[in-house]
Amino acid sequence: MSAKDNKSDLAARAASYKARSAGIKRRVVICAGTGCVANGSLKVSAEFEKECAAAGLDVTVELKPESKGVFVSHSGCQGFCQMGPLVTVLPDDIMYTKVKPEDVAEIVKETLAANRVVERLLYVNPADGKHCRGAGDIPFYKKQHRFVLKECGLIDPENIDEYISRGGYEAARKAFLEMTPAGICADILKSGLRGRGGGGFPSGRKWELTRVQPGPKKYVICNGDEGDPGAFMDRSVMEGNPHSVIEGMLITARAIGADEGYVYVRTEYPLAVKRMRIAIADAEKAGVLGKGVFGTGHDFTLHVMEGAGAFVCGEETALMASIEGRRGMPNPKPPFPAQSGLWGKPTVINNVETLATVPLILAMGAEAYAKTGSKGSTGTKNFALTGHVANTGLIEVPFGTTLREIVFDIAGGVTADGGKIWNEGFKAVQIGGPSGGCLTAEHLDLPMDFDSLKSIGAMVGSGGLVVMNKNTCMVGIARYFMQFTQNESCGKCVLCREGTRQMLALLDDIMEGRATKDTIPLLKKLALAVQKGSLCGLGKTAPNPVLSTLRYFPEEYAAHVEHKHCPAGRCKALAKYEIVPELCKGCTLCSRKCPVGAISGEPRKAHKIDGAKCIKCGACAEACKFKAIKGGK
Amino acid sequence: MPDKKIRKFEKVCEILDKNGRDPARLIPILQAVQEEYRYLPQEIMTYIATSVGVSPARVYGVSTFYSHFALVPKGKYVIRICDGTACHVKKSTGLLDALRSRLSLSETKPTTDDMLFTVETVSCLGACGLAPVLVVNDEVHGQMTPEKTIALLDSIIAKEKENVR
Repeated sequence: MSAKDNKSDLAARAASYKARSAGIKRRVVICAGTGCVANGSLKVSAEFEKECAAAGLDVTVELKPESKGVFVSHSGCQGFCQMGPLVTVLPDDIMYTKVKPEDVAEIVKETLAANRVVERLLYVNPADGKHCRGAGDIPFYKKQHRFVLKECGLIDPENIDEYISRGGYEAARKAFLEMTPAGICADILKSGLRGRGGGGFPSGRKWELTRVQPGPKKYVICNGDEGDPGAFMDRSVMEGNPHSVIEGMLITARAIGADEGYVYVRTEYPLAVKRMRIAIADAEKAGVLGKGVFGTGHDFTLHVMEGAGAFVCGEETALMASIEGRRGMPNPKPPFPAQSGLWGKPTVINNVETLATVPLILAMGAEAYAKTGSKGSTGTKNFALTGHVANTGLIEVPFGTTLREIVFDIAGGVTADGGKIWNEGFKAVQIGGPSGGCLTAEHLDLPMDFDSLKSIGAMVGSGGLVVMNKNTCMVGIARYFMQFTQNESCGKCVLCREGTRQMLALLDDIMEGRATKDTIPLLKKLALAVQKGSLCGLGKTAPNPVLSTLRYFPEEYAAHVEHKHCPAGRCKALAKYEIVPELCKGCTLCSRKCPVGAISGEPRKAHKIDGAKCIKCGACAEACKFKAIKGGK
Repeated sequence: MPDKKIRKFEKVCEILDKNGRDPARLIPILQAVQEEYRYLPQEIMTYIATSVGVSPARVYGVSTFYSHFALVPKGKYVIRICDGTACHVKKSTGLLDALRSRLSLSETKPTTDDMLFTVETVSCLGACGLAPVLVVNDEVHGQMTPEKTIALLDSIIAKEKENVR
């Protein structure tokens, strides 16, 4: 096949797809990301087929030349997981939220047959009580800049033609037929693209370093081992637009001269594994992957490797050890993977999001891309927004967006434990998972980019943002992350293995009332030792959550240590529950709720808690309608 | 049961052949074996080691390194409670406590005696928008409460009883 033929091949596929969709009047896009599937979106989808047919509408789930009427399709994660299952009707651009199978008949009857909106299924903006018709009206989407995620949540991830019809694989074709490897590296460097996996290393430089290595065998690896708890950006991209990742890898392969690649996906993401496998098989059939890609003499074979549950494998040298069939333990750098990576060959290893950005850069041009974002951090970044906020989910914003815009505009504000808006309750945002740090109210106007975050001791990391309200104990959060890194330490470096264990024990002392005046200085000293004495990123950054909370919430630590008191009322061992006699109405609810029978008293008279029996579960305080129980929160 | 034993190894051989008895494919081999047997029986690990030409210690080392591999049989229903940050701040430990107390399990005793349930935690399932989350085998359940968790457990137990009859 000549080069010219292949261009028309992509164009022919796109044209054939467009011809097949010409007869379609409406398209119903049902979110089939992990979140919406868990909420029953597949049942909703089946119901649409049934109800459309029952209403006498033409309905199809697969585009054929004779297709007309309603096209029911699935998409990857649309990001607004909390409101799922999400159903979008095109071209009307109506978005229905929390759609249950029993709602489908009404949507078919009203919207599809009679062109009316079903008001009760629209998203209601809690700020003003207004119904939002489509994504364009919902604050959660309106303030975002969806670039890498643009096609996620719209196209069918299991249909390559849909990707191609939207210009997909055009950038890879251009890279193979019209660009030189050095030219691609230069373009990516010019675009300012930095690694989205945490390190923030300029991708163009990484590629150039690998490109100049001699030897015929090189590898490209896609790091989809997104292990940070609270992060799911990469999962969403792999599930929602797997072909964009493959195209990014193809371009990387062309730039460095690799003929083989691996996509390493966590085993906890079965849907991402499945969709990547389907996408690879389809891309091979379409002639864009495998032997002689785009009709050139270049080969690029791609394998999917499923991880086996080790956080440390997100570290590049550990990940490569895992692909080689060994224990996933990191190796010292240098040599860098660019010089000696997988099986000792030069290797480029990039994060999912980085790779999915690459085709977009080639398509729009490096200079145009560099215009978004901030100085030193170009482009956009996906964040997984979770915790005590009104809207949780996956968002994408340009670098340089402030934390305030994210928390109060996109996320819709901070919530109390019951879910009500409680903006004054904002306490902190944990960014970057177990390697990251805390941002507090004083950082609300800080632009979110690589360098600003680094300047205050935090990091973009992979992009998990956990918002916490004032009822969160910061010592408890530090302990949570310490427990995580302690579990996940591979055991190679003594200070990471034993140091994290001792740090965890010190945090337990603080939370359980055994701390002395020496505890915190010792904790700090140990934290610095673990940072210095560890080989890889896991150990080097493991103390960050502790150091960061110590820096911004020293008074909380002091309260635990000096007064044996937890200001947030979360540390069970420090809690002392007491009933305020003036407030107690003697309704007996608490004594009935108490699992250990520690509360006694006569009806309509003030009750009492027996401190010796109390297990500090807090059930009484939660049950009391008169706020008569103090000591918890 | 000599017949059963032979069948057992036939399946392993099939998996080994599919992976070309390549030591670099050790992890995919172990994953496939675990998929088949629900855990990694010791004699099969030794067999795999000999077949791909590495020491049994290496196979043991790999299988104990990764949390996905189990060296003891797991229950028919594996309930994994997500303890990622988002689930943790939304009190996922309550779900874990409820399940453990109901099934009389603990951190050191994760599987029920009737081999019906295994309860364990997982660091993050990436379904943070639905926190707190738990997974029964491959089925994700989001926005759970201790009450909903126990109801789910009861429905599985009821279904099992139905099947026995």
